[in-house]
Amino acid sequence: MTAESKHPFTTVIGLEVHVQLQTQTKLFCGCVTTFGSPPNTQVCPTCLGLPGSLPVMNRRAFDLSLRAALALNCKIASFTKWDRKNYFYPDLPKGYQISQFDLPFSYEGYLEVVDTKGAFEPRTVRIIRVHLEEDAGKSMHDETAGTADSRIDLNRTGTPLCEIVTEPDLRSPEEARAWLNELKLLLVYLGVSDCNMQEGSLRVDANVNLHIPQPDGRLAKTPIVEIKNMNSFRSVERALVYETERQWGEWQDTGAEIGSMPKQTRGWDDSAGVTRGQRHKEESSDYRYFPEPDLVPVTVSEEQVAAVRSTMGEPPALLRKTLAERWDIPAYDADVLVNQGPELVEYFEDLAKKVGEGKVASNWMQQDVLRMLNERGGHIADFPVQPTAVADIIGRVKKGDFDTGRGKEIFAAVLETGKPVDEVVAGMGIAAVDEDDLQKLCEELIAENPKIVADVKGGKEQAAGGLIGQAKRKNPNVNPGKVRALALELIRALP
Amino acid sequence: MTLTTRSAAELATALQQGETTSVECTTAFLDRIEATNPTINAFLSIDRDGALAKAASVDAARAQGKSLGPLAGLPVAVKDVLCTTDQKTTCASKMLKTFEPPYDADVVRRLREADAVILGKTNMDEFAMGGSNENSAYGLVRNPWDTDRAPGGSSGGSAAAVAADMAPLAIGSDTGGSIRQPAGLCGITGLKPTYGRVSRRGLIAFSSSLDQIGPMARSAKECAMLLQTIAGHDSGDSTSINTPVPDYLTDLEKPLQGLRIGRVAAHFSEGLDPEVAEHVEQTFATYEAAGATIHEVELPHAAYGVPTYYLIAPSEASSNLARYDGAHYGHRWDGTPSDDQGINTFDSPLVEMYCRSRAEGFGPEVKRRIMLGTYALSAGYYDAYYAKALRVRRLIRNDFTQAFEKVDLIGGPVSATPAFKLGEKTDDPIAMYLVDLYTVGANLAGIGGISFPCGFTQSKLPIGFQLQGPALSEPLLLQAAHQYQQTTDWHLQRTTAISS
Amino acid sequence: MPAQDNAEPTLTREDVVKVAMLARLALSDAELSSLTDELSQIVGLVSQLSELNTDDVEPLAHPLDSQNVFREDNPAPSLKTADALRCAPRHDGECFLVPAVLGESGSA
Repeated sequence: MTAESKHPFTTVIGLEVHVQLQTQTKLFCGCVTTFGSPPNTQVCPTCLGLPGSLPVMNRRAFDLSLRAALALNCKIASFTKWDRKNYFYPDLPKGYQISQFDLPFSYEGYLEVVDTKGAFEPRTVRIIRVHLEEDAGKSMHDETAGTADSRIDLNRTGTPLCEIVTEPDLRSPEEARAWLNELKLLLVYLGVSDCNMQEGSLRVDANVNLHIPQPDGRLAKTPIVEIKNMNSFRSVERALVYETERQWGEWQDTGAEIGSMPKQTRGWDDSAGVTRGQRHKEESSDYRYFPEPDLVPVTVSEEQVAAVRSTMGEPPALLRKTLAERWDIPAYDADVLVNQGPELVEYFEDLAKKVGEGKVASNWMQQDVLRMLNERGGHIADFPVQPTAVADIIGRVKKGDFDTGRGKEIFAAVLETGKPVDEVVAGMGIAAVDEDDLQKLCEELIAENPKIVADVKGGKEQAAGGLIGQAKRKNPNVNPGKVRALALELIRALP
Repeated sequence: MTLTTRSAAELATALQQGETTSVECTTAFLDRIEATNPTINAFLSIDRDGALAKAASVDAARAQGKSLGPLAGLPVAVKDVLCTTDQKTTCASKMLKTFEPPYDADVVRRLREADAVILGKTNMDEFAMGGSNENSAYGLVRNPWDTDRAPGGSSGGSAAAVAADMAPLAIGSDTGGSIRQPAGLCGITGLKPTYGRVSRRGLIAFSSSLDQIGPMARSAKECAMLLQTIAGHDSGDSTSINTPVPDYLTDLEKPLQGLRIGRVAAHFSEGLDPEVAEHVEQTFATYEAAGATIHEVELPHAAYGVPTYYLIAPSEASSNLARYDGAHYGHRWDGTPSDDQGINTFDSPLVEMYCRSRAEGFGPEVKRRIMLGTYALSAGYYDAYYAKALRVRRLIRNDFTQAFEKVDLIGGPVSATPAFKLGEKTDDPIAMYLVDLYTVGANLAGIGGISFPCGFTQSKLPIGFQLQGPALSEPLLLQAAHQYQQTTDWHLQRTTAISS
Repeated sequence: MPAQDNAEPTLTREDVVKVAMLARLALSDAELSSLTDELSQIVGLVSQLSELNTDDVEPLAHPLDSQNVFREDNPAPSLKTADALRCAPRHDGECFLVPAVLGESGSA
């Protein structure tokens, strides 16, 4: 149940997302952008902002951001430039950030989010702009150390970032989370970013307020609050839920409306589950933007845009439909598969091709591969069982070497031991049961089960199913289908 | 003739022919520096050991017949605005008093690869802001022609070094005239190349869209020698021009045919010193006699050059100098509380550190320009000031473009007066700003300009003449100056005001 | 306040105090006074530009008309940490040290 249905107001949410682009090197210099390296080991005069240093734009960063903007259905500016955003902070060694102000390279796009479970209506979120800028470094303050100093690591300075700003089109915390997931999926599919919030390659700030219809027909709006410091999509949802309730409470207490106070910033405290007001900074907004003199402008032609489009591959929204049609699987299945990312889709398609039946392959993916993947953790790229092996198992099930249940056991064993399918099958003592043994076994069962025989003779053929379990206990290798068929034949032959 | 009074071209020949060694040469200049620097203060740091070591290695390589760079063994002075790994780089500021760059400027790298011998770093106006070299945190520079007068700025140290025979070649930088004006006041030749012709990597930035590095020497020929080495594309500078570098030395000797030189009547206004006017007009006549034609041209917006410059340059500077905050390098306030009686209030210890470090590290002119630039860029003022200046800049560039449809070069004064007395303009910032009157236009338009001596006043003060040309017209500028220097000897005059 | 049409643009002491904080400069009382005068004069000088009609003139931010200068996404050697920290006024061998910083990047 969303906040909408509990209270008489509309929650209005806009998001500002920063994603680190998946380049090898920084935006303006050749330092690498590897996460987690020892402090100040990935720095040079340019990203350190040493006197006399100069920036040179990373072509791949620009291409990846073009890709992101096109995937977000943005218009691409034919002429774009960079600007300096001036402010003082120790993680910003030049005393300015090179960003884009009045002529971002892309604007006016959108991304839709659909919930297949129907928790909310499809929501199209408009994107105001996507622009390219450099990241700042990290400041670390150890409260417990009690010293007055903060430690500054500039490894991250100069990492290329795309800033994505949406219109306040989202209407619930749940939608916001879902939209972020869709954005992440999109950017991962396009190879733009790995969107890993834990590693800081995706960061989100949210702007939220409430629209409250008044008895006189007017729409009252609470002051907009910007929420920072959310470290996961789940945190984003939780923070928005909390903030919505908090604003509703405050509205009831004070009736304060938008415009009655400057925009507030509140930080999310995940362990306490609350947002807290941050110190109000007076002149924090005078960034004195002006055109970056050390960088020349960039022009983008129609041909270039077309070239970038042609390298893009299918975005998730389209891929879901394609997969469903291509492999004749339900929309639900396609959704689950696509949402796991491009590598898993690749795995699935490889498997489906080998197996020849989309739905069968899809079932195995969901019930076995994905299940095991989730249990063990890790990434499909490192999954020890290859599609070939899975296809092999499925093929043998189809042939009748063993039933599906057995097949799943074999799969698990292959995963566990790392041995090839043949070896595992042999090791489990799985062998085709020969006809004579099967005959003997069925005759034994019939002798041992007079009631079932009587039921079958009386017209209830499905009673023969009761023999399957017993047959397996006698010989795990029997094919249930064959047991049933032979048993029925033998019973019918009885007087 | 002593080594220190030989031109770089003569020294190069002498070195090649074995008449002297680089060690001998370098020693002569180092001795001259030692003798005169206490008076002139042209050098902030002198690298005796490093220079002699380089000189020795060049001599050894020459003796072994190894191939050598085009400036092999020649001593060069480098303005302390360029990063050098083996010497401190201070920009004549307390802010960078102990700064040791971990990298060489591109120009410095080129000089080293050309096997030049870097004698030391020259004095300058702090962070290149000034027109008299009186803004240095390490003492002013004296004009070798009259030690009670300023050498001009901001490359006053480099200009004085050449004029006083402390170095045959020097590197300066020019943002609003800082090579050409001191060259004019010190009786030497200085060239500001077209914007982007020389890489700015490692040039400590003052105003990024205006700064250029250039050669300073006794003659156009020697400027050409230096320019040949320092010019060229650098992929590490996004504003670096990517076209081939001409052969400046060969082009120098080509005969000039049908040169059309523009003369701007408005240059000859009330403020122009009569002796300067006289020698400038004489220079036009000399060119005419040599076959050039003089044409009246207009630069209708030239009067707005100084206000435009004094909006763009401080604005860019206020941003370029924001990095000097005591956090990562440079001077940091040591925490001693100061007695400013509550004038200043700070939000946090960090902000206090920033404010006090910068207050202590920067001199008054630098602070003035940072404040002006910050104001001009601030909310509510941007359109009226900075953005407005960028539009007028285009008008100024258009003026030049139109003028160059009629003429090949524009001639005129480089400075309204000869060298002024030390202290004369230090109380009046605007008076100081107006010394850039004739030179800012070339920086705003991004074009090239050269200044060279065209005479002396009655009191033996040098007078400079400036030629400006369209973008990438360095060959023509050097040629025209060189031709003038073939038939005149102003550039060969030496001061007698300082003893050896 | 932005320049009025008729009045000479001039800075007040309050203006100068605000600008000094934006520029992170601590100023003495004497400096505040002299800067108020000097900046007012200089602003008077630069305000001459308002005499020109530039309605149809595009700003010229770069003297060159070049565009599209890029570098390829190839790694280049970084500085050794020791070199990066060498000129730092205070460091601990790994990081730069500065007075306490509160919160993520934002103005300070």
